[in-house]
Amino acid sequence: MNIIVIALLVFGLFFFLAGAIGIMRMPDFYSRLHPAGKLDTLATLAMVMGLAVYNLNQITLGTILISLKMFLIVFFVSLASPTATHTIVDAGMRAGLRHWTKKKQRG
Amino acid sequence: MNVSNNEISNGNESSSPGYLKSFFSFLITFVLMLLCWLVLSGIFEPLILFLAFISCFLVAYFFSDLLFPSLETAYIGIFFRFVQYLPWLVWQIVLANFHVLYVTLHPRMKDLIEPQIITFKTNLKSEMAIVTLANSITLTPGTITVTADSDGVFKVHAIDTASAEGCPGDMLEKVAKIFGETI
Amino acid sequence: MTSFFLYVALGLCLIMVLSIYRVLFGPTTLDRLIGVNAIGSKTVILLLLIGFLYGRVDMFVDIALAYGLLNFVAVIAAARYFHKRKGLYEESFMD
Repeated sequence: MNIIVIALLVFGLFFFLAGAIGIMRMPDFYSRLHPAGKLDTLATLAMVMGLAVYNLNQITLGTILISLKMFLIVFFVSLASPTATHTIVDAGMRAGLRHWTKKKQRG
Repeated sequence: MNVSNNEISNGNESSSPGYLKSFFSFLITFVLMLLCWLVLSGIFEPLILFLAFISCFLVAYFFSDLLFPSLETAYIGIFFRFVQYLPWLVWQIVLANFHVLYVTLHPRMKDLIEPQIITFKTNLKSEMAIVTLANSITLTPGTITVTADSDGVFKVHAIDTASAEGCPGDMLEKVAKIFGETI
Repeated sequence: MTSFFLYVALGLCLIMVLSIYRVLFGPTTLDRLIGVNAIGSKTVILLLLIGFLYGRVDMFVDIALAYGLLNFVAVIAAARYFHKRKGLYEESFMD
């Protein structure tokens, strides 16, 4: 059981690291949202699932309730993260921010 | 329990449309609220349960038309088809993440990406279908929904050419099948 | 297992420091908002890990849930607030 937990946590940590690197490296605002919106979501899901599995080592009413709350977090994050991403993109569009293209880079 | 109540309401729908519908909408809201309360509080004493009952009753009585504005028979089918859609969506999310991971960690990333904004039109009518498609597009390979309006016109920012070409794809078909709409 | 959780929490803190780069030096306001959003989603996990380290998960899971909700609302409010400020976005391309 502990192996699954460790694998999920390391997986999530790796994706968080890649998301942070992507936020740093990407050339413009719209491209930065791709790693921020996707990698962070999957990493959060994986790590919270791992912690919920670890929490179910002793099965009592209390631990089951705590794991249910963690699944609520998973449900909420998977619903809220695309919405937040979409809101930020919308704000960028309304502010008139152009997106990065290769021609602009050459010229 | 919700589902069985819902089915009973379907049978009586034609004879008594008005208050029975709002009653089952109230009942479903009440049960959902009570479940949320029980999970979040975790205390099962009689006094607390009594308070939970009172407050959930009040909230469901006043706000039942917010959560389910119109209770229709098609919701049961939509719910089950949506549950069947979820595993495919999770698999697509994992694939999308590995794609973005490859692009992000590639040393010559700026040659690999080709950001562009594409527009396409769908015939989706209901708001739920549009919201589901928009969030699914945001979570899957290299695309982010920029705008989605109620006419079904989507603007999508894609990170490279391959993901821009395959954008609506079979996801649109699946979402349209869930909500029983034409593409 | 406890020490492993401690290392994971430390790693999360280091990744947060990487995200702070974007918050401090982001060319536009919305870039800073992306950084804040990324830090917030890591903080939820960090709160859960702190709960396991102190042995009080039952308390910290509520805090994590509330923090996630608050982060979502804060990002939406900030994005709505900033979406009409024109003129901030001329130097948005990173060379």
